Amino acid sequence: MRFQLTEDQRSLRDGMRGLLARRFDGEALRAAVGTPGALDRGLWRELGAAGFFALRLPEADGGVGLGLPEAVLVFEEAGRALLTGPLVATHLAAADVPGAAAGEAVVARVDGGLVEWLAEADTVTGDASGAVALRSVDPLTPLHRVPAAASDPASDPVAVLLTAAEQLGTATRACELAVQHARTREQFGQPIGAFQAVKHLCAEMLVRAETARAAVYAAAVTADTVDIAAARLLADEAAVRGARDCLQVYGGMGFTWEAEVHLHLKRAWVRAQRGGGNTESEELLAVELLK
Amino acid sequence: MDLSYTPEEEDFRARLREWLAKALPGLPPKPKPEDWPGRRAYDLGWQRMLYDAGYADVHWDASPTVRLIFLEETEKAGAPYVGANFVGLLHAGPTIAAEGSEEQRARWLAPILRGDEVWCQGFSEPGAGSDLAALRTRAWRDGDDYVVSGSKIWTSHAEVADWCELLVRTDPQAPKHRGITWLAMPMNAPGVTVRPLRTLAGSAEFAEVFLDEVRVPVANRVGAENDGWRVTMVTLSFERGTAFVGEVVACRRVLGDLARVAYRNGTWDDPVLRRRLGRLNAEFRALWRLTQWNVSEAEGKGVPGVGGSVFKLRYSHARQELYDAAAEVLGPDALDLDRPWALDRLSSLSYTIAAGTSQIQRNIVAERILGLPKGR
Ligand SMILES: Cc1cc2nc3c(=O)[nH]c(=O)nc-3n(C[C@H](O)[C@H](O)[C@H](O)COP(=O)(O)OP(=O)(O)OC[C@H]3O[C@@H](n4cnc5c(N)ncnc54)[C@H](O)[C@@H]3O)c2cc1C
Repeated sequence: MRFQLTEDQRSLRDGMRGLLARRFDGEALRAAVGTPGALDRGLWRELGAAGFFALRLPEADGGVGLGLPEAVLVFEEAGRALLTGPLVATHLAAADVPGAAAGEAVVARVDGGLVEWLAEADTVTGDASGAVALRSVDPLTPLHRVPAAASDPASDPVAVLLTAAEQLGTATRACELAVQHARTREQFGQPIGAFQAVKHLCAEMLVRAETARAAVYAAAVTADTVDIAAARLLADEAAVRGARDCLQVYGGMGFTWEAEVHLHLKRAWVRAQRGGGNTESEELLAVELLK
Repeated sequence: MDLSYTPEEEDFRARLREWLAKALPGLPPKPKPEDWPGRRAYDLGWQRMLYDAGYADVHWDASPTVRLIFLEETEKAGAPYVGANFVGLLHAGPTIAAEGSEEQRARWLAPILRGDEVWCQGFSEPGAGSDLAALRTRAWRDGDDYVVSGSKIWTSHAEVADWCELLVRTDPQAPKHRGITWLAMPMNAPGVTVRPLRTLAGSAEFAEVFLDEVRVPVANRVGAENDGWRVTMVTLSFERGTAFVGEVVACRRVLGDLARVAYRNGTWDDPVLRRRLGRLNAEFRALWRLTQWNVSEAEGKGVPGVGGSVFKLRYSHARQELYDAAAEVLGPDALDLDRPWALDRLSSLSYTIAAGTSQIQRNIVAERILGLPKGR
């Protein structure tokens, strides 16, 4: 048993982090917030060229030939950087939709009565007829509401897992942001991170993130539906509560449009809706106990 | 990321299973909780069986992964817990192995492994709990002896112990971490008085230990005089490694049993309760993965990483939630101490206190892992 990242997995993750730092930094993030609903097709193609969408396709089919553990690592990075677009939907369509693997096509997906990025999509998985745009809580994720239809794709465990990986990225990032702020912001003549109330918020953020990490990575290795359901519950909790606690540590600044904290929380909320929401996973895990 | 075990590890698992299947039926009946001599004999007897079968030193010499397999399989087979051997195997023994002299290792390690001697841990004092380094039990030199006076508290298994790993203050003038010394004190030395303390679960699991001019030979000092704090830290890092492997396995079994009870008694039909159990399933699955993650990390580095504090924080709360959920499933029966899980619910309350409270663990995580400044 060697349940740690391999050298190759580490460099894949670092490579993805480097790419996003170059192509989707704080400035690009702010620009994206300023142009809601617009997807950077140039970046999309770059992601395609880097193998983000074709990661799990066999090499014989022009893919990268890697597995779920690697996919989870790059999605974690995407989540961490708040990367925009229907990443999971396009990744899942890489084998079936022409152009998806290369980042030439943008693929949206009906999931839980919602479709993300419908207007920008070239193709939609599932039945999006009757879709109505709503005013999305997340300025970086345009949303459409669709009536429930029999033809809706069942919640795909891989989609649930990749979403959990994105949530893990958010949880990790929220903890980092909170810690950075807690070390530099001073009140009462000392960094606020020296106050135990703040310190313990940060410690709990890390505990939730690291517990979720173990669950998400293990589910990527086993690809087991029950493991995936567990991973998503832990990752949703780590992301949503982590982003909230980060907001609290930021004080008034956390409540502003300008600081990026709210974007993490809002995205975490959007992702938590995917795959049938938490109740579906909880029920699955409950039933498994009786087996 | 690899969750599979090597052929050697699988082989170890298979042989262990085989041995457990043969050995466990030969165990004597489990003694009653209040029968201390009986419990001592039972726990030592189990250690002796492990020794004879070649498994005694798995806590010390085996790789972290083999240790994980050992703890997983013994728990699954329903084998006894370390019990009274805990301090010897997991605290005092490793400390002596790492810091003791040749002679000291020869004197103390073999009896621990063979199941001949029981150790207890005399660290906490009435005035020194979380702030352990504030301990005041005094020891001064008199010829070839230290003369020790003071008192210890919360000493588990003190009543049946042969030896106590004792922290004493040898230099009251030095800064608090620098004047502490580690001694092995025989519990039958004149001047040692043990007064059992009843826990909230009703039994006497720990005790107060009063020390009145107890003479401990200087030869029983492990490490240098006044270097006891560093010597102790070696022990504590051991505790946060694989200490809870068996318990996580046990909690997962309890959770399954609990779900079946809920199914039978109708509480399962309440979706809120059902989902609560589902969430606990996720929780303990994650804790098992976190254990594997930490063990793999220790395998790479040779020592348990800081992940142990993260694990302990999460686990101790999860364990309490598990037995609270059990109480919800049981309803009025949860108040009956003769029912299963009622006592477990009580003992789960110690998990956020013993071996470093949750608040102290959060300080450790925040300061040592996240690098937040120490408060003033
Ligand atoms: C079942 C059990 C078995 C034990 N066995 C042993 C044993 O065998 N040998 C042994 O030596 N000891 C043993 N202990 C003692 C245990 O290590 C101590 O109880 C523990 O370290 C806490 O110390 P305390 O009880 O003095 O509480 P205190 O330190 O007085 O803490 C009281 C409260 O204050 C909080 N607190 C204290 N300091 C801080 C801080 N800096 N920041 C935030 N909060 C703080 C704590 O978190 C806690 O909530 C055992 C305890 C239990 C419950």
